[in-house]
Amino acid sequence: MMMKYESQAVAKPYFIAAIALFVGQVLFGLILATQYVVGDFLFPEIPFNVARMVHTNLLIVWLLFGFMGASYFLVPEESERELYSPKLAMILFWTFLTAGVLTILGYLLVPYAGLAAMTGNDIWPTMGREFLEQPTITKIGIVIVVLGFIFNIGMTVLTGRKTVISVVLLTGLVGLALFFLFAFYNPVNLVLDKFFWWWVIHLWVEGVWELIMGAILAFVLIKVTGVDREVIEKWLYVIIAMALITGVIGTGHHYFYIGTPEYWLWLGSIFSALEPIPFFMMALFAFNMVSRRRRDHPNKAAVLWALGTAVLAFLGAGVWGFMHTLAPVNYYTHGSQITSAHGHLAFFGAYALIVITIISYAMPIIRGQVAAPEITQRFEKWSFWLMASGMVTITLALTGAGVLQVWLQRMAEEPMSFMATQESIAFFYWLRLAAGFVFTIGLLVYVASFFVGQKESRSTTVSE
Amino acid sequence: MSERFTKSMARNIFLGGGVFSLLLFFSLSYHTLGVLPERDNRHNITAEVALGKKVWEDNNCVGCHTILGEGAYFAPELGNVYTRFGNSTEAIIGFIESRPAEGVPGRRSMPQFNLTREELVGMAEFLKWTSEIDTNDWPPNIEG
Ligand code: HEM
Ligand code: HEM
Ligand SMILES: [Fe+2]
Repeated sequence: MMMKYESQAVAKPYFIAAIALFVGQVLFGLILATQYVVGDFLFPEIPFNVARMVHTNLLIVWLLFGFMGASYFLVPEESERELYSPKLAMILFWTFLTAGVLTILGYLLVPYAGLAAMTGNDIWPTMGREFLEQPTITKIGIVIVVLGFIFNIGMTVLTGRKTVISVVLLTGLVGLALFFLFAFYNPVNLVLDKFFWWWVIHLWVEGVWELIMGAILAFVLIKVTGVDREVIEKWLYVIIAMALITGVIGTGHHYFYIGTPEYWLWLGSIFSALEPIPFFMMALFAFNMVSRRRRDHPNKAAVLWALGTAVLAFLGAGVWGFMHTLAPVNYYTHGSQITSAHGHLAFFGAYALIVITIISYAMPIIRGQVAAPEITQRFEKWSFWLMASGMVTITLALTGAGVLQVWLQRMAEEPMSFMATQESIAFFYWLRLAAGFVFTIGLLVYVASFFVGQKESRSTTVSE
Repeated sequence: MSERFTKSMARNIFLGGGVFSLLLFFSLSYHTLGVLPERDNRHNITAEVALGKKVWEDNNCVGCHTILGEGAYFAPELGNVYTRFGNSTEAIIGFIESRPAEGVPGRRSMPQFNLTREELVGMAEFLKWTSEIDTNDWPPNIEG
């Protein structure tokens, strides 16, 4: 099968960049996990805080590359026209990649305070806040790239066939850009700073990104199951409605203990306790559509990734999120390893996997195949199970660490100090490190899947 | 989903629910901004505190520590370090100043940031100010 529109191929470099940066992200994850158990590993060359921002910023950047690639692939097909400007898409690709790589090199090669000084953080300080560590000029670069991207996608959507999927996707992307603007607001008052910091972080992952995720999932499900678009679009609307109705006021689960008024204890607890609903519905949706499928699409791997996304997103965001979201529980777990456990499974299950799902569906088509050759799909399936079990084990290890940490440091009659607690739970950090290696092997198998089976397939490719 | 529940009903729930939630959230936020001054200790933000926050950010302290429970989980909570260190800004300064540049073998160590006296004072004042925010009694105990 060929692509329906030639310009869909601009997705390819975006996907390749996403996967490459993903590998980098995970290598730095291994460094971090090692530093947790061997405190002086790579010290003082790569201190923990530097490795951590490389890890988390690469995550955000590769997910953005993934969302962009996904949009470039699916929007022309939904809109039934070529992309408004493939050339702009390529210019923005190289701009974003250059800005991203330079920023990461800056983190690694210059002490952070030096980078702040060099990039004019005195003029407009926005740096040094979790996930938003990028120099202000990098942030401006991100805004320019995202606006150009939205313009390109927007023109394609608005001048072509408008479908629910493409409009929901576009709405999510516009929301992503709007809420990112709060990254530029950094008041001296720490409480205000934190208050609006969550407008970027929470309103992304538990708000507008769910629209993006839902749209991508719906697109892939239409393609691989052949279920009627009407049915799928109805589900999509209900899912994203629940996402916003629960998730927007649900921001309150971050306003318990940072200086904000007490009514957020109630609002945050109640609304965020409902946040698992959209994730649960996504899981129902995916399984329902697959069991009602009207065709057996030869890309079995894509179906596995899609179902895996739905399940692990529900576990990571829904179950692990619910676990610590009620104010009386969060009082003890706030800022502990429980948070990290949840952060990992949620980000991986929802956003890493949705990007891999669309790559798995789109990449063979971009390469002129209906589905990847058998051997490639076998690699993908192995990779799924290795990464999934690695990440679930990481999550369980961190949950064990977190429960003990909370107990020893925050609940015991004679509370232990932070550092003493860390030492007594080291076993779980070793376990996390081991699981990290399993995860990494899974990721390498995934990378390998792109290189196997291509010779055979060239001679046997069937066009639909 | 049932046939009687149509796509346009679903769309209206999305549009109505989404817009309503956002408006409600913005109103609540507006209210919060109005009452924050009673809780966030802003009248004690001095030039020193402001410098301290800048130094905190310029050195990415939040990449290892939490502050009011947010940040990284590699090193102790600092929202209450002022009280943990016996209500002493000098103790905070002494600690930051004395970190060995090469670290402590085998253990997690904090980098030596080579801060000036002015920056050190600012940092300590910033952490003191932070400890006086009304956080609904968080953290549960002095260990953070
Ligand atoms: C895919 C969706 C989600 C992602 C990617 C995600 C990710 C994260 C991350 C990375 C953090 C840590 C933030 C920090 O560094 O301070 C966090 C915190 C939190 N998340 Fe989620 N989350 C998701 C969904 C949810 C849901 C649905 C709930 C509730 C049911 C939830 C409840 C919480 C809570 C209560 C915290 C604060 C933890 C603390 O106090 O330390 N999350 N989330
Ligand atoms: C080999 C696999 C991995 C290892 C060993 C690892 C390890 C770590 C460590 C040690 C931290 C710092 C926690 C702290 O501040 O104390 C961290 C943070 C983080 N990692 Fe990973 N990581 C891995 C893979 C991933 C993946 C695949 C994702 C997402 C798809 C991810 C997302 C995150 C996030 C969102 C944070 C910030 C968490 C928070 O603030 O709560 N990591 N990781
Ligand atoms: Fe949240």
